[in-house]
Amino acid sequence: MKSPETVTLTINDQEVTVPSGTTILDAAKKLNIKIPTLCHLDLHNMKFVNQTSSCRVCMVEEEGWDKMLAACSTRCRNGMRIRTDTIKVIRTRRLMVELLLSNHPTDCLICSKNGNCDLQALAAEIGVTRIDYPGYRSHHEMDTSSFSLVRNMDKCVLCKRCETMCNDVQTVGALTDIGRGFDTVVGTLFGMPMHETTCTFCGQCVAVCPTAALTEVDNISQVWEALDSDKIVVVQTAPAVRVALGEVFGMEPGTNVTGKMVTALRRMGFDKVYDTNFAADVTVMEEAAELVDRINGEGRLPILTSCCPSWVKFIEHQFGDMLDIPSSAKSPHEIFGSLAKTYLADKIGAKPEDIVVVSVMPCVAKKYESKRPELGQGDYSDVDIVITTRELGRMLKDLGLDFANLPEEEFDELMGVASGAGDIFGSTGGVIEAALRTAYEWLTGKPLEKIDFHELRGLSGIKEATVEINGVKHKIACANGLGNAREVLRRIRSGEANYTAIEIMACPGGCIAGGGQPYHHGDDSIIRKRMEAIYESDRHKKIRQSHKNPQVIKLYEEFLGAPHSEKTKKLLHTKYVWRQKM
Amino acid sequence: MYNQLRSWQTEYRQEFDKRMAVREDVEVSELGYRLTDSFYAKQYRIALRNSGIIDPLKIEDYIALDGYKALADLLENQIPQADVVAEISESLLRGRGGAGFPTGRKWAEALKHDAEHKFIICNADEGDPGAYMDRNILETDPHCVLEGMAIAGYAVGADFGYIYVRAEYPVAVKRLKIAIAQAEERGLLGKNIMGSDFSFHIELRLGAGAFVCGEGTAMMESIEGRRGLPRVKKYRTAHKGLFGYPTIINNVETLANVHMIMLKGAKWFRSIGTEKSPGTKVFALVGKVANAGLVEVPMGTPLREVVYDIGGGCKDGKELKAVQTGGPSGGCIPTSLIDTTLDFESLAAIGSIMGSGGMVIMDNDDCMVDIARFFMEFTVDESCGKCTPCRIGNKRILEMLERIIAGMGEPRDLRYLKLICETVRDTSLCGLGQSAPNPVLSTMKYFANEYEAHVKEKICPAHVCKGLAQYIILDSCIGCGKCKRNCPVSCITGEIKEKHVIDHDACIKCGACEAACPVHAIEKR
Repeated sequence: MKSPETVTLTINDQEVTVPSGTTILDAAKKLNIKIPTLCHLDLHNMKFVNQTSSCRVCMVEEEGWDKMLAACSTRCRNGMRIRTDTIKVIRTRRLMVELLLSNHPTDCLICSKNGNCDLQALAAEIGVTRIDYPGYRSHHEMDTSSFSLVRNMDKCVLCKRCETMCNDVQTVGALTDIGRGFDTVVGTLFGMPMHETTCTFCGQCVAVCPTAALTEVDNISQVWEALDSDKIVVVQTAPAVRVALGEVFGMEPGTNVTGKMVTALRRMGFDKVYDTNFAADVTVMEEAAELVDRINGEGRLPILTSCCPSWVKFIEHQFGDMLDIPSSAKSPHEIFGSLAKTYLADKIGAKPEDIVVVSVMPCVAKKYESKRPELGQGDYSDVDIVITTRELGRMLKDLGLDFANLPEEEFDELMGVASGAGDIFGSTGGVIEAALRTAYEWLTGKPLEKIDFHELRGLSGIKEATVEINGVKHKIACANGLGNAREVLRRIRSGEANYTAIEIMACPGGCIAGGGQPYHHGDDSIIRKRMEAIYESDRHKKIRQSHKNPQVIKLYEEFLGAPHSEKTKKLLHTKYVWRQKM
Repeated sequence: MYNQLRSWQTEYRQEFDKRMAVREDVEVSELGYRLTDSFYAKQYRIALRNSGIIDPLKIEDYIALDGYKALADLLENQIPQADVVAEISESLLRGRGGAGFPTGRKWAEALKHDAEHKFIICNADEGDPGAYMDRNILETDPHCVLEGMAIAGYAVGADFGYIYVRAEYPVAVKRLKIAIAQAEERGLLGKNIMGSDFSFHIELRLGAGAFVCGEGTAMMESIEGRRGLPRVKKYRTAHKGLFGYPTIINNVETLANVHMIMLKGAKWFRSIGTEKSPGTKVFALVGKVANAGLVEVPMGTPLREVVYDIGGGCKDGKELKAVQTGGPSGGCIPTSLIDTTLDFESLAAIGSIMGSGGMVIMDNDDCMVDIARFFMEFTVDESCGKCTPCRIGNKRILEMLERIIAGMGEPRDLRYLKLICETVRDTSLCGLGQSAPNPVLSTMKYFANEYEAHVKEKICPAHVCKGLAQYIILDSCIGCGKCKRNCPVSCITGEIKEKHVIDHDACIKCGACEAACPVHAIEKR
């Protein structure tokens, strides 16, 4: 039996025809009828749909039936007569939110999600002013075991967005419901603390959590303390931060605020304001050199990028037998940290221990990464403190800066200039494109005519391109999102795909959609706008290849020698650990 | 192979008849043998026809009573699948697990869809407190369920069956395992059954004790290896069910009826019971009843007949107050509706349900508010925690009932209680939540005066709720002072040889005085 292609129904007496399979919620949107939701989240571009229909906020009436329907997950049928405007619907919706609030701390004024909380916004929107059904409130221990995430399950509304993200999209499987009935809580395997689980700290659970049940570890006070000390405090900002920070101050998504951000960081008191994009260029030098070495027979192919700490932890847990394929290059901000405490220290005549490196990242996994013991020299870490885009936004608000109207300044000399290749690191496909721009020229000795690799751009989960180098066709792939990464690794392991080089980013969309970015609240068009801003920045750069960045050339001439040499292997490369699967 | 089965049948029947001939408690009947005790006189047993008669560990006994004959007939005569489905559809057999969905409709839907695999699941996750119909069938006649599943498998083209059985039923599990092994050994189950093209394997899956896993979609999640949470139903189970394949989920009792329907025909089946609910239903008659036990009667039998004629009325000659049917999701039927007939429609019409067949008898010593609280406590405990109304709403309902029982209820509570119960019923994700408030709603409807007495007059008419109890010292007090000495909060005063008095504000209602009084002069009210 073939189902008809469209169905016609009425919602509040207004007729609407929609493709079959459409939910009542989407049909109502077509009629400009708003049905409030809470657990529902549809990030189309990221292949994420949370349709657990567990919160029951979107319940609507079908005429003639007592039993109500969840608009978010019920598909339209021909001849349905739906009502969203009855007293019963309004009362039910309010009661659902009241019930959720009856088991939720009402400390909104001092909550880290204040102003950013979907539950708070919903309660305000539908006008909950009292709770008619108060009662026992559940209490769970906070999990502050990790360097990246804080789990405060007292604030969980069991929307299960985090579980859908962790299990279905990222295929990490760190989160699951435990307990039952009123005591149900999103927990970990055997209730283990987060740092002992297979969690990769990608932070996508934080990105979709509607409340403050999942938040990043707050490192703001450490930054203020460092700024208040006698030490030389150096800050670097990741490529994806500048295209999202403006959102915190109400600016249009996709606005590139590099200049204002630099000004703001100087006013905060940082001694040096540098660009992680510069370090990304150095990463390209190292990865491209490694790729050239591997193509020339040293080590095995494919080579996988290693800029994403979350992805690195994923392969360490899930594919521990394949740890010889990722590039050994450190991630850009770690490379920066390492250089800051050697190259920069030499230049300014300071001891490494007198320098504090602060990274502003779109990412919560970078917090954990900076604590990896092997990422440092001797007693000190390459990077001392990591804060997210959101945390930087909060600090700037603390200072009372009128961000949108700040003048624009340039990064400091020495490690503040980046090529377009460094800029695009923030988007999925950017790292591999940047590496190709350099590796191609090194391998062929010829200039690259077509600098843009459009096949590797965009939000598709797995992208592929073929590049001919010296008469040999090389297959290049790019995966964003750990679920897609798993698929690519499966293909490599089974031998069904023959790739030369692969970029993997843990977050769907890449760093622009990282777990530390301003909340998108379900509007994934924001991600696309950030992406466009990144490629826009690259397009306007004079120098668009890392090996042509004059500050990079100078660095190698004065300090490092050749890429992928003994010195860079010591300072800029790392090794991986085979971790348990559970 | 078919002749083999026939010769087994003849051989085993002779031996079986010999054994029966010496038993005094059985007699020959239309469906084989029946038990003769007066408890069974008014019963008509189809699902339980072999219960207490055959030895469940011996496949020979089952074969003796035409066991596996229905399946063999289908295979030998190569009856078209659609005919089998049509027979079941025509019989109007309805699901005995609670909802009463027509079994034939499920089978027809599953037959319609082409798929590489199809599954039959036998729902044996019986979890209603005090209900043990399925357990009895599985323990006393496991083969009739296996045969029912195989027939269903043949009818819809399924190759695999699961019995999802509670781990708390170890005897049933053991006997099922033995029965499956016996049937496979004789070629009555497994690959190429009785030499035909039809293969059907059955495996057990043990439930880990979650009531919600009796809900179909949660059960499939559990069998697939995940946490047993109800799914958002986008497809019918018979279209895309277990592992995404067409799946039939039938209850134990439903499947236990299949064999007889196939042997004796849909017309015979429809001659029993009512027009819309043919056949019989097994009830677990428990509570304050004189003769408790499993009762199988034709649908449409008046409740009065079951309670009085079979059950013998209330224990100790007490007065009947209510009958609770349908387990924790059911409703309480007051004595005034005792003439209601037992079928899906009539029970639904008075706000209760058939459910899986739990039937709890209550007398005047039962407080209906407390009964509602008991069932709410059960569902709150068994909620999976997925959706808001069931997870938090039911908890709040329970808390309100607890407040009322403790004497802290307010008149406005009743209005709020009704509203939240109705909302939970209309908005919960699965049947568990949707039916959880039924015990409260039905008792509020039929025993409103008891609720009002609790919140307005602060008394419990049945003297059950401790928080509302008052201990009174009667005039027969001899003034011995024993109550005073035993009171832990020293709230009793009085001179020796004079009547003592209890300070009700200070009394904690522990009952120590009542127990201590040598002349029974202290009464709980």
